[in-house]
Amino acid sequence: MIAEVGLAALWLAAAMALLQLAMAAIALSSRAPEPPQIVRDLLSAVRPVAVAQAVLAAGSFAALIALFARTDLSVLLVAENSHSAKPMLYKVAATWGNHEGSMLLWVTVLALAGGGIALFERMLAVRTHAATLAAQGAIAAGFYAFLLFASNPFARLSPSPSEGLGLNPLLQDPGLAFHPPTLYLGYVGLSVAFSFAVGALVTRDVGRDFARAMRPWVLGAWVFLTIGITAGSYWAYYELGWGGWWFWDPVENASLMPWLAATALLHSVTVLATRDGLRAWTVMLSVVAFSMSMVGTFLVRSGILTSVHAFAVDPTRGGFILALLILYIGGALALFAFRVGTVRQGALFEPVSREGGLVLNNLLLSVILGIVLIGTLYPLLAEAFGVQLSVGPPFFNRAAGPIALVLVGAMAVGPLLRWRRDDGVAVLRRVAVPGGVALAVLVAARLGTDGGWLPVLGLAFAAGLAIASVLPLVGRKPWRTPLAIYGMVVAHLGIAVSLAGMASESAFTAERLVAAAPGESHTVGPFAVRFDGIKPVVGDNWSAVQGKLTVTRGTGRPFVLRPEQRFFANPPTETSEAALATFWDGQLYAVLGRDDVGGRRQLRLWWKPFVSLIWAGGGLIAIGGLLALVGRVRRRRRQVAA
Amino acid sequence: MNRRLLWMPLVAFVVVAALFAWMLPREPDRQVRSRLVGKPLPDFTLAPIATGKPGLSTAAFRTGTPRLLNVFGSWCVPCAAEAPQLAKLAAAGAPIDAIAIRDTKADVAQFLTRNGDPFAAVGDDRNSSVQLSLGSSGVPETFVIDGQGKIAHQHIGAIRDEDVPMLLAKLDAAK
Repeated sequence: MIAEVGLAALWLAAAMALLQLAMAAIALSSRAPEPPQIVRDLLSAVRPVAVAQAVLAAGSFAALIALFARTDLSVLLVAENSHSAKPMLYKVAATWGNHEGSMLLWVTVLALAGGGIALFERMLAVRTHAATLAAQGAIAAGFYAFLLFASNPFARLSPSPSEGLGLNPLLQDPGLAFHPPTLYLGYVGLSVAFSFAVGALVTRDVGRDFARAMRPWVLGAWVFLTIGITAGSYWAYYELGWGGWWFWDPVENASLMPWLAATALLHSVTVLATRDGLRAWTVMLSVVAFSMSMVGTFLVRSGILTSVHAFAVDPTRGGFILALLILYIGGALALFAFRVGTVRQGALFEPVSREGGLVLNNLLLSVILGIVLIGTLYPLLAEAFGVQLSVGPPFFNRAAGPIALVLVGAMAVGPLLRWRRDDGVAVLRRVAVPGGVALAVLVAARLGTDGGWLPVLGLAFAAGLAIASVLPLVGRKPWRTPLAIYGMVVAHLGIAVSLAGMASESAFTAERLVAAAPGESHTVGPFAVRFDGIKPVVGDNWSAVQGKLTVTRGTGRPFVLRPEQRFFANPPTETSEAALATFWDGQLYAVLGRDDVGGRRQLRLWWKPFVSLIWAGGGLIAIGGLLALVGRVRRRRRQVAA
Repeated sequence: MNRRLLWMPLVAFVVVAALFAWMLPREPDRQVRSRLVGKPLPDFTLAPIATGKPGLSTAAFRTGTPRLLNVFGSWCVPCAAEAPQLAKLAAAGAPIDAIAIRDTKADVAQFLTRNGDPFAAVGDDRNSSVQLSLGSSGVPETFVIDGQGKIAHQHIGAIRDEDVPMLLAKLDAAK
């Protein structure tokens, strides 16, 4: 019964999406200067329809969660991906731990974003607003069709089995419960920017109001995307047991590309909102950001690229998503080419100015985006010509690393520039202190480490940026400074913190692999690690071999780490559960390996100084975005009220 | 602004979409044959790169016993992903040698300690020259070499779990 209700809600939501599109299209096709009553009625009815679509989609998703929560094995998806013996949290999380469920979550977020615009967006002109909702409805309609015709999550299974197949144990982790939903809120939330751009192109309404209306939505999506990527990186770090935090895997790149585009968009939209410049470019970025989300979804779901993330793949589904990509991205880019020429040129500015800095930021982000895109697609291109290869981290690090450092430099200087025009010498004076500190750190780090230049430069730039990022607060009254400025300061500081973590991890990590006999001690970094032996432990649906490691740091009190090797019964799988000890200055990371000869056990030990800064920085970036968002929304409320 | 320039994003997207459409129906073909299959291994001598292990030369494959030759790089993620399968092959008695592509001693040592070491010998192919002469252009790849130094089979891409019996059978057939 629940399954049928969920399916019905999904069909109805699809109908609402089409209705939303049709109503807006009919109303907008009337060009009369004094539109007749019927047109005005149609325009005002688009909003409630969009809200209804959101409610229906959310209802459908709730129905699927209910089916997973009660492990209804007569539903194919539940039988294939869940198991009655799983803890409740993972039963619920299993809803989006599979293709159909995660696509339903995807389209639900899309519908909620549309409903959000319908309810809360009050700055746009009525026609532009309707055109925006029409675009949102058009995208949703395609993805509803994809679910209903190619990925029905509510399909029944008859006769129903007595037990489900279980969930991939790697996914049985609190990380799964939160990582996909936050990532999707960001990924799909960017659809709002796309729809705003399409709407504004349709009604030829690109300008400051468009930018001001769009900014909070982009900020919101960007905050979620930042959290999703940061959480995903940490999850991979501790769950895979490989000790790495970013692998330049196609699926990771698929989440990074929309983030890069959205970050560029956030900065260009500021130029448009404040100074009415960069109109065409901002529209372009709005289209590109969500296009990257859709391309990412396609890459992940079609299995066209080899990835360590083994998602269930199916070429038919890939074909369906590709058709949607061509329709939406191709359509939007064609509209852009036709219409953007009619957008009046915006305000001009001098190269040495805040605008100039933001343009530089946009160029560098776009170049990095291009490098990641090319690196991700290159194996596919080579394969089309009969060559098979894989592009590894060395390419990405060498190509994107130096440009990212230049970007960090621009980030340090940019916020210290004045709008419209600034004086080069005065700017140099402003950046003297952070520049000097960066230089000092560079010399110290180069003398103190042996390794590549990139980590050393990373440490130096991080130090310089950390100081430069707080300079915009100097000379301001703290209580009179807008929240958006605090947001920028915190986010830029977050980049510095994260960069420091990355550089430090790469420059100072100590690694040991030993075959340890019980009672033996080994050292890694400042730690002495004693292997006390193993014991069996049992969990809800797994059993494990648990190692006991007694660790002492210098003269400190000893503590115990318990890394595990887990064996899951359904489906039969083996995973490593790393044991981590976090200190203010880094993390000790221990993995229990295979049996070795003579009762010994393989142990992998890493001491990673300041590695936690990577994710702490990610958190700061998200908090910065949140502060800016709150600031913008409050200011807008005041403006609307005034 | 030049009007034609505005069409460039669309053109770029069309190229990418065409690439997707062209590649999508293809089954990921892991059985592509090098033109060298059935031909003798090219002559090479590679210096050792793994601590405590010999380097690799063509002579090692002319001992009468079929061997596997794995082409890998410590910097390659699929190579780490196929490590458990290589371990299974080694456990099943398959002798495996390897060529490390564009690598360093330190990186190889780290890779082998991290992912397990099923190799009898590892050769240092610093500039990919032997890899290219083998008709291999990417990593990882695995060759089945019969006891006379002839290439019997080429496996492109990571060895998946289901490929293990197939490779063992090929190794057996090469006797």
